[in-house]
Amino acid sequence: MGLTHFLVLAVILFCIGLYGALVKKSAVVILMCIEIMLNAVTIAAVAFNRFSAAEFFTGQIFTLFIIAVAAAEATIGLAIIISIYKNRDTIDATKIDLMKW
Amino acid sequence: MEIAFWIIAITCIASALLVVGVKNIFHSSLWLILCFLSVAGVFLLLSADFLAAVQILIYIGAISVLIILAIMLTREVQRGNLTNKLKIPALAVVTALGGIMTYMLISSNWTSSDAPAPSTTTAGLAEMLFGSDGFGLGVLITGVILLVAIIGAIVLVRDK
Amino acid sequence: MTQTGLWLIMLLPLICGALIALGYSFFCKKPALSGYLGIAGVGGSLLLSIWGLTGLLGKEGASHYASGFSWFSIGNSVDISLNLNFDPLAAIMCFVILFVSLMVHIYSQGYMHGDKGYPRYYAFLSFFTASMLGLVLSDNLLFTFFFWELVGLASYLLIGFWFTRPAAANAAKKAFIVTRIGDVGFLAAILILFANTGTLDINSLNGMAEMGLIGAGTVTVAALGIFAGAVGKSAQFPLHVWLPDAMEGPTPVSALIHAATMVAAGVFLVARTYPIFESSATAMLWVSIIGAVTAIFAATMALVMNDMKRILAYSTVSQLGYMMLGLGTGGIAIGIFHLFNHAFFKSLLFLGSGSVNHATGTFDIREMGGLSKPMPVTSKTFLIASLSLAGIWPLSGFFSKDEILAGAMDGQFILFILALITVFLTAFYMFRLYFVAFGGTYRGKGHPHESPKVMSWPLLILVVPSVISGLLNAGGSFSGFLGEEVHTGFFEGLFGILLHPLALVSLAVAGGGIYLAFLMYKKKSLSPAVFSERFKWLYMIFSKKYWMDELYEGVISRTLLMKGLFAFAAFFDKKVVDGGLNGFFIQKVLFSRLFSRFRTADERIVDGAVNGVAAITVESGKVGRKAQTGQLQSYGIYLAAGVVVLVMAALIIW
Repeated sequence: MGLTHFLVLAVILFCIGLYGALVKKSAVVILMCIEIMLNAVTIAAVAFNRFSAAEFFTGQIFTLFIIAVAAAEATIGLAIIISIYKNRDTIDATKIDLMKW
Repeated sequence: MEIAFWIIAITCIASALLVVGVKNIFHSSLWLILCFLSVAGVFLLLSADFLAAVQILIYIGAISVLIILAIMLTREVQRGNLTNKLKIPALAVVTALGGIMTYMLISSNWTSSDAPAPSTTTAGLAEMLFGSDGFGLGVLITGVILLVAIIGAIVLVRDK
Repeated sequence: MTQTGLWLIMLLPLICGALIALGYSFFCKKPALSGYLGIAGVGGSLLLSIWGLTGLLGKEGASHYASGFSWFSIGNSVDISLNLNFDPLAAIMCFVILFVSLMVHIYSQGYMHGDKGYPRYYAFLSFFTASMLGLVLSDNLLFTFFFWELVGLASYLLIGFWFTRPAAANAAKKAFIVTRIGDVGFLAAILILFANTGTLDINSLNGMAEMGLIGAGTVTVAALGIFAGAVGKSAQFPLHVWLPDAMEGPTPVSALIHAATMVAAGVFLVARTYPIFESSATAMLWVSIIGAVTAIFAATMALVMNDMKRILAYSTVSQLGYMMLGLGTGGIAIGIFHLFNHAFFKSLLFLGSGSVNHATGTFDIREMGGLSKPMPVTSKTFLIASLSLAGIWPLSGFFSKDEILAGAMDGQFILFILALITVFLTAFYMFRLYFVAFGGTYRGKGHPHESPKVMSWPLLILVVPSVISGLLNAGGSFSGFLGEEVHTGFFEGLFGILLHPLALVSLAVAGGGIYLAFLMYKKKSLSPAVFSERFKWLYMIFSKKYWMDELYEGVISRTLLMKGLFAFAAFFDKKVVDGGLNGFFIQKVLFSRLFSRFRTADERIVDGAVNGVAAITVESGKVGRKAQTGQLQSYGIYLAAGVVVLVMAALIIW
């Protein structure tokens, strides 16, 4: 299969993830959608690596790092969500609007 | 090869849609796990064997568990998977973005080489990561990031 | 006669007066010194003027001239300067003024003795004398006017000397204001003359008038204007009303001012500018008419007065009328001659009345009587002066009055008849006064005694000129001195005059008047009461002074002016100017219409613009802040939308 197939796949995944992140009320679900977006990016990176510069592994290393950081970020995010839940008894993203005018 | 691609691709997209669509948050987390699996399958198609293993290990093994833990802890299951008011604008924006990017991808000339993929990537990755002019610094920094994340998580969640 | 001496004639009394004024507190402690200082000043001036006079005698048309200082000049055309001109007319006037003033100064030492304002009195007297001298010596008509006004001021100060008395204060005001009315005419004449001739030098003006260089209309108007000033100052009809009231001042003041000097200023002025009058027959006619009318008018009022000084005041008015008549019909010499004589015997009469007042404490003749025994000097001098005034040969009054009558007879016959009647009246009222005051028995309450020597001596000194001053013109030498032709020799004039029918007629008339008074008041064969009953209406007219005071005060002052002109002016100012102009025009039109339009435009446009900008900012802020939802996902949409835009832009540009 060609590069563009994988890339289009990545784009579609990304858009789905973006849509979910913008639309969902629950913070956990938003986090899940963010993970989807990250995965889409990794697919694209690996696809580029495979089809453009196969012997260099740059894309894959990039992906490793992305995965590691995504893990750390999920950790922190969920910790924040839990502490917000402890304070406000809700993790409804529409209700957390302290920055409102 | 092609069928494999199509199956895996459709699985991936379907599961992602289901993550966003199902009413039950717990179910959406489960569909997320399926999504991760299909991404690992995509990696295998792209001859990134090590990466597929890492994907399954970390994403499904750690992050998904973490998400299920958060769902349990915050009792989100009772509320359901709701959406806010921004459905239509978000749809518009997302469609636009997707359309543009797809258009860009299809219409641009990618220089692709036909070199065969290496059979095993582990040795190459290891050498690149820990070798003399590799990403050793990156590894170290990533280690620090993980450390910070752990400490941060503990600090954030602890009862004072 | 040096120039300095000439200036000193005028300046010496002024300096003495100024010294008294400057050292006032010192003189208050030693009042007698101020009297001596005043006497010294006047006496010194008198000596200087006699010296000057002797220098002029015998020289035809001579005059001393002292150049003074130039006051101001405008370019080449206008030059106002004060120079002193000591010609025969001025010399005679100076002599009269200074002689009478000296007598008054000496007399006042006794009369005003013990008065608190003694130094002030002498300061004012010196000031008056100096002003009068300046008036006669000035050779510029404008400076004559200045001194004219200064004389008026001095008379105001002296008439109102006892200013704490309301009657005196009012009399002073009346004198000043009434003479002021005449001065308007004088000033107008000065302006007309200046506009037409470009000079105010008296000699030049007289020269021009003699040569006929001044236009006929101008010269008439100017002459009438000058005469108006003279009417005011010399108390002619109709501006005579101030003189009787002016008797409120001290008696020596009346002697100086209202007998000899100030009232003579009007006569002097006409004489001074005589060529201007001669050029205008109308003016001469008016001078004569008013003179004659005044003479008989005042004489009728003197008949019924009971206040000694008022009788004498009306007599002065009457005699001044004679002088004007003389000027109008006869010439300078006749009028001035009568002025010369009148000064001496009238001031003698006034000083005598002051003596009487000092002795009896009153001026009312009904409270006097039989004063001739206790006051021999006063009564004898009074008698001589009265005879002179009545015009009995060979006393001075006879000669001057006779000349006036002669001139009137030649000129205006009606006026002559009026003057003749006045002779009768004059004799009558004077001797009424004499017989009532000095004859009979004493009806008053005081203890009459003769005045102290300081008051008697001036009386005695003044008798001398009262008797002999007439003889100066018996041979026409007085007239000759003034530049007119000399007719006869001395003795011929003295005795020969009795051969003229006119002289005999006037003597008879005067004698008749004296006889009538004798019958009525001395022998009491005729009763005055009966007379006043039969002529009751005449008596009323005379004693009410022809209602002239009521006319001036009530009709003119109160009704016409106060309620009429002034009220109209005040109304006009209030309603039309304030109401109309201010209220209507400024307030309504300008403020309401014009300025309020500007105010609306200002409010709407300018304020609207400024406020509008602010409003736009606020409204846009209200709109803009809606983007700050505080919602995470809306921010996310904005991000995504922004990326889309950027990408599209990149696509399009590249």
